[in-house]
Order: sequence, then C-alpha cells, then structure tokens
Amino acid sequence: MQFEYDIQGGDFSSAGKASSDIKKVLKQLNIDPQVIRRIAIALYEAEVNVVAHAYKGVMKVDLDAQKIKILLEDEGPGIENIERAMQEGFSTASDEVRQMGFGAGMGLPNIKRNTDEMLLTSVPGEGTRLELLVRF
Amino acid sequence: MELSKVSRLITGKIVYESAPQPQLEYAFSSDLMSDVLRFNMEKTILITGLATVQALRTAEMSNIECIIFARDKKVTENMVELAVENNISLITTPLTLFEVSGRLYGNGIKPIF
Repeated sequence: MQFEYDIQGGDFSSAGKASSDIKKVLKQLNIDPQVIRRIAIALYEAEVNVVAHAYKGVMKVDLDAQKIKILLEDEGPGIENIERAMQEGFSTASDEVRQMGFGAGMGLPNIKRNTDEMLLTSVPGEGTRLELLVRF
Repeated sequence: MELSKVSRLITGKIVYESAPQPQLEYAFSSDLMSDVLRFNMEKTILITGLATVQALRTAEMSNIECIIFARDKKVTENMVELAVENNISLITTPLTLFEVSGRLYGNGIKPIF
C-alpha cells in the first residue's frame, strides 16, 4: 500500500493529519500496538518538523506485511550541521514553534529512538530528506 | 481510577467523556509535547497548560486516554472534534498544573518515567 500527503510549512492547525491517517490504517492491519505507537510518534515528529521548519514538503509511505518505509522530502532552509541537529536539546525553532509545545531539540532523537533505520540528508538552502524504516 | 473521580478530585469539568470510560493509573505533567512523546503512555492522563490542537494530536499518537487542561484554558471546537475522533477524554479545571498534579498524586495516580 502506498500513501502520499502534502505538508504545508507553518500550518500548525493541520500538523499531524497525515500521521493520524497512517496510524488509523495501521490499526486496521492488526499490527502490534507498541509498534504502531513507535511509528505514529516518529511520523508525527517528522511531520511537525516539516511544518515548523520548511516551506512545504511531501510525506510518502510504503507499507507491506513486514515493514513500513517513510520518506519525507521538503523544500526549506535545510540543516547546516546534521550531527548537531541530532543532539538532544539543539534546536533552531522559532518562538511560534516553541509555543506549540515543540522546538526543544528532542524531535530528531525521538524519531531515531522509535525507528529501526533513519537516514537524514540535507542541502542547506534547498531542503531536507528523511528516510525511515520500521519492521513489524 | 475512573474519569468522574479524577474530575471530582480536581474540581474539574468533563468536557468530553470517551466510551468506554478510561481506567487511569498514571499521569504526566508537561507543556512540552516532544517530552510527552518520549514515553509509553498507556492508561495515562496528560496534565497540561497547552490548550492547542497539538496537545490532542500528541495524545492521539502516544495513546494517552485523558487530557486535563489546567488554569481554565479554553478548549476549542477543533480540539473537541479530535477528542471525539480519537476517543480521548477531556477535563478542564481552574486549578494550576502544580495543584492538579499534587491532588492526583496524593490520591494514588502514579508518575510516568
């Protein structure tokens, strides 16, 4: 099964819709609830990252009986230093993002903790690409 | 603990009661949603001052069954819609985050960590 969602940068009222949709699909597939929780949290953190930092992005989800593959690509400022972005507590988020309860530099480490594979690449000034994999 | 008892202990108002009623054993107090998303949240109440749609989304993703909004924060229609859609009970209370946490802890609700 494949799913694709457009994500608008700055649109906090809709942030989480795509993740919510995928979580509902996974629930219908009889997958272990703890695995669903890990996937939902990783997806949601990643979706919030696009809303918080990018101009726009797309989330592509590829699902089969053994695994879920997720690709998030965005057009935005990109990440200057990925190693630093992966450190807990480091964030470049705006005050607006912080007022929404995010931007404390925990999102990317949270995504890593909840996925089996995570590949983050970025071209500063162009955008960011995040690939995630979780096995069932 | 039943939802009605939780609400009574904190002089709260139940804005939405999910069915079946949640059985609540734990609580986590935070305005930082990324912090909430770090822990396993079964049978858990989120106590927060962050009255936004993102508090509901965070609860949805981490399987939180009840949210208490402290200091009479306003719950919008959008938030109630998400609560209904995802079966999350909502309570508002005039008490502060500190007092809500203290009263529930004193009555046997356990911390999550």
